[in-house]
Amino acid sequence: MFAAVAVALLVALALALARAILGPTVFDRLQAANTVGTLAMLMLAVLGFLTGRPDFLDLALVYGLLNVVGTIAVLKFFRYGDLGEPGEAPEEPERRA
Amino acid sequence: MNAMVELLSWICLLAGGGFCMVGALGLVRMPDFYTRMHAASVTETAGAGLMLLGMLLQAGMSLVAVKLVMIGLLILFTSPTATHALAKAALARGLKPLLASGEQPSKR
Repeated sequence: MFAAVAVALLVALALALARAILGPTVFDRLQAANTVGTLAMLMLAVLGFLTGRPDFLDLALVYGLLNVVGTIAVLKFFRYGDLGEPGEAPEEPERRA
Repeated sequence: MNAMVELLSWICLLAGGGFCMVGALGLVRMPDFYTRMHAASVTETAGAGLMLLGMLLQAGMSLVAVKLVMIGLLILFTSPTATHALAKAALARGLKPLLASGEQPSKR
């Protein structure tokens, strides 16, 4: 039964990969990469149960941590063109009409 | 009792797999970036949550269950953060949401 779940995850991974290849903008590709990361976490957890080796859950945890750091880093790079930028200046008080 | 938990766990796992596939299908089929982001969130909430719940029921009370809960919390915290950052970056870049015809984009 875990094999069926793994197949479902593989189908979802293939679809997300298709979006990452097709994606017209860089944000589409990043969203697809983020989804692939989440699905890979789940895939690792399912694989651990499938093979009876729950150590894979640790790999899934580390993969999830790296995934979010990677997404934010790429976003920052595309926003500022440099990873060393200090980021946005503190916003001035909002002026709403 | 044991068979009930087993059945419930398989229902959760299969439903989670279904939600993951539906979310990924939406990622391919939806017409513009913001709607695709909406579709992808199905994968990260319903799909991942149900699948982890199913595995949690399989694991019982053990260290494996603790790790599964940690993975669930990690997804719960990081995926909205990443999605928010993506949407903000896309808006800052000037990507306009696709609107129904005849409707004016909101003026800012």
